[in-house]
Amino acid sequence: MTTDPAPATTVAAVPSPAGPTDSSTPATIAAAATDKTGGATVEFVALRRSFGATTALDGLDLTVNPGELVALLGPSGCGKTTALRMLAGFETPDSGQVLVDGEDVTHLPAHRRDAGMVFQSYSLFPHLNARDNVAFGLKMRKTGKAERHRRADELLELVGLPTHGDRYPHQLSGGQQQRIALARALALQPRVLLLDEPLSALDAKVRENLREEIRRLQQELGITTLFVTHDQEEALSMADRVAVMHAGRLEQCDTPAELYARPATAFVAEFVGTMNRIPGVLAGDGATVELFGQRLPVDGATELRGDVDALVRPENVLLTAGGGQGALVVGTTFLGATTRVTVQLPDGTAVKADLSTHDAAALPAGTGVTVSFPERPVLVDTRR
Amino acid sequence: MAGVTASALTTEGRPAPSTANGGGSAGPRGVLGALGRIRWGRGTVLLVSALYFMVPIGATLWFTVDNSPQGFSLDAYRQIFTVPGLWPALQLSLLLAAGTIVLVYLLLIPTVVAVRLGSPKLRTVVELTCTLPLVVPTIALTAGISDVLRWCNDNLAPTPFYATFLYAQNANFPVVLLLAYVVMALPLAFRTLDAGMRTLDVRTLLEAAQNNGAGRARAIVTVILPNLRSAMLNTAFITLALVLGEFTVASILGYVPFAVWIVNGNSAGQGPVTVAVSVVSLLLTWLLLFVLSLGGDRRNSAPAQQ
Repeated sequence: MTTDPAPATTVAAVPSPAGPTDSSTPATIAAAATDKTGGATVEFVALRRSFGATTALDGLDLTVNPGELVALLGPSGCGKTTALRMLAGFETPDSGQVLVDGEDVTHLPAHRRDAGMVFQSYSLFPHLNARDNVAFGLKMRKTGKAERHRRADELLELVGLPTHGDRYPHQLSGGQQQRIALARALALQPRVLLLDEPLSALDAKVRENLREEIRRLQQELGITTLFVTHDQEEALSMADRVAVMHAGRLEQCDTPAELYARPATAFVAEFVGTMNRIPGVLAGDGATVELFGQRLPVDGATELRGDVDALVRPENVLLTAGGGQGALVVGTTFLGATTRVTVQLPDGTAVKADLSTHDAAALPAGTGVTVSFPERPVLVDTRR
Repeated sequence: MAGVTASALTTEGRPAPSTANGGGSAGPRGVLGALGRIRWGRGTVLLVSALYFMVPIGATLWFTVDNSPQGFSLDAYRQIFTVPGLWPALQLSLLLAAGTIVLVYLLLIPTVVAVRLGSPKLRTVVELTCTLPLVVPTIALTAGISDVLRWCNDNLAPTPFYATFLYAQNANFPVVLLLAYVVMALPLAFRTLDAGMRTLDVRTLLEAAQNNGAGRARAIVTVILPNLRSAMLNTAFITLALVLGEFTVASILGYVPFAVWIVNGNSAGQGPVTVAVSVVSLLLTWLLLFVLSLGGDRRNSAPAQQ
């Protein structure tokens, strides 16, 4: 875990829909492009799926509310893509149901589902130009040519490429191709939008722009959206709620802020953001834990007793110079406004602490420090 | 296609002089010198290849227009329109080529699509099967066909299949020859179609089409086939060239398509006309090739931009 997402409160700073600076794609175009407002409710009910000996989904339950953007986040092989493909109709569960607005679509063929999808790899039809790619679905529905082209042009404008209709996919950059793919996914006014790591093939700058744009469009259109990603920063910055998956199960589905501040499980705590594992001893009743001689309340009830690991974020570690703990600063990493200081304790435990760069300057490598923690409840997990 | 390759070589060859000159540190004169050297090398290769190809063609051309002792004459070309047997032979060859192309398409396109989507592991088996005709000499294939035909002649006579058997050997459209050509076209046709298929992310394209409301069969027809267009054109061309030039099987089985007619005509003393026909067919083939490569590259001509 090398990236440390910004705290969730700033993460939610997404451009407001149809903001004053946003003149290229006004909300009116969005309204014209999809007449429906508000998306559908999507429910996964006890989805199970195995591929040979591997279990991709092990009883997944998840409800996505109308107009909500939910990110499915997890390491590769956690089943997030399988879940998305089940909603698209490309996979069938061994058991369980997929419901859209209460209607069971589990066994509906892909081409009859009301879900537009943007794929991870470039999926534009190479023999069609951008306009015809966007209009492909309308053609399948036998919409007249003039109407088809009018709608395609509207959608191209919506994704910010109004002059690119005549270009073929090989004449477009990766970012442009994914925008066209987004326009194509929206062309049939689907009730659900599915995004399968659409940004993973793009470079960082383009990815960030497109990320904001997808979020803006999604909010303008009010379309229920499921977004698969393994990039926590992407998930935390775009989603209304993030569903963290692990080994085919849902670990926690919550707002980015809740997920970061109050992870429900040790997996979520460690997968989202950076987390220290600090050896501690639980008190007899399991209500407090002793860390380096300091007693802290335990977050939630635990059945663990005795030796445990406490999970503490680097920003919740305090360092003071001197002291008899025998802890030494072994390295610092400059992160801008903050600096991450790595401290080694005599028993070999490494603790990361995020300090303001100003404070960290007083603690060069080799300085003896005392590690302490603010009086806040901490999560505990089995000792590793 | 030859023209396209040559021009690609020229443009790609251009940056070479500066690297040949030690990273571009030398003055313009050095660069020019290097350029001159490179061009000499290139010129030599061009000249040798040109001689290799052009001398036989030139000699052929000479043979058709040199009417010694009278001198230059275009009589051979005039006779093309009146010489007996040419048009039926050409017609037969073109019919056979068209039939072969259609059969190869019907046989291979569904196979390639099915193997790619259904069971990629079977690809090796299909590839090996399609390559077999390359290992079996044409003469052996023909001997086999002759044996089968003889057996059929001896054993099918009292059965209702005899009419079908005779029809398959009809001199105006010998199905037997057509089937032999399909077998002979398999190795190259499979490779060409398979290569075309491999340039596509078939699964994603199909899923994208299905996601846009196309059923699976419709998705294959509307999305996969159009993107195989240039591979299909190449297959058609290779097959056409093979059928137009095939001599062994047709000759031994006693049919007279284009290539057999040319050889027969030569030995019957119609030398200049038959050779003139060869020259014209060569030019037509080049023209066809040129048109095909234009068609295949039309959409790729515009530069990609970031």
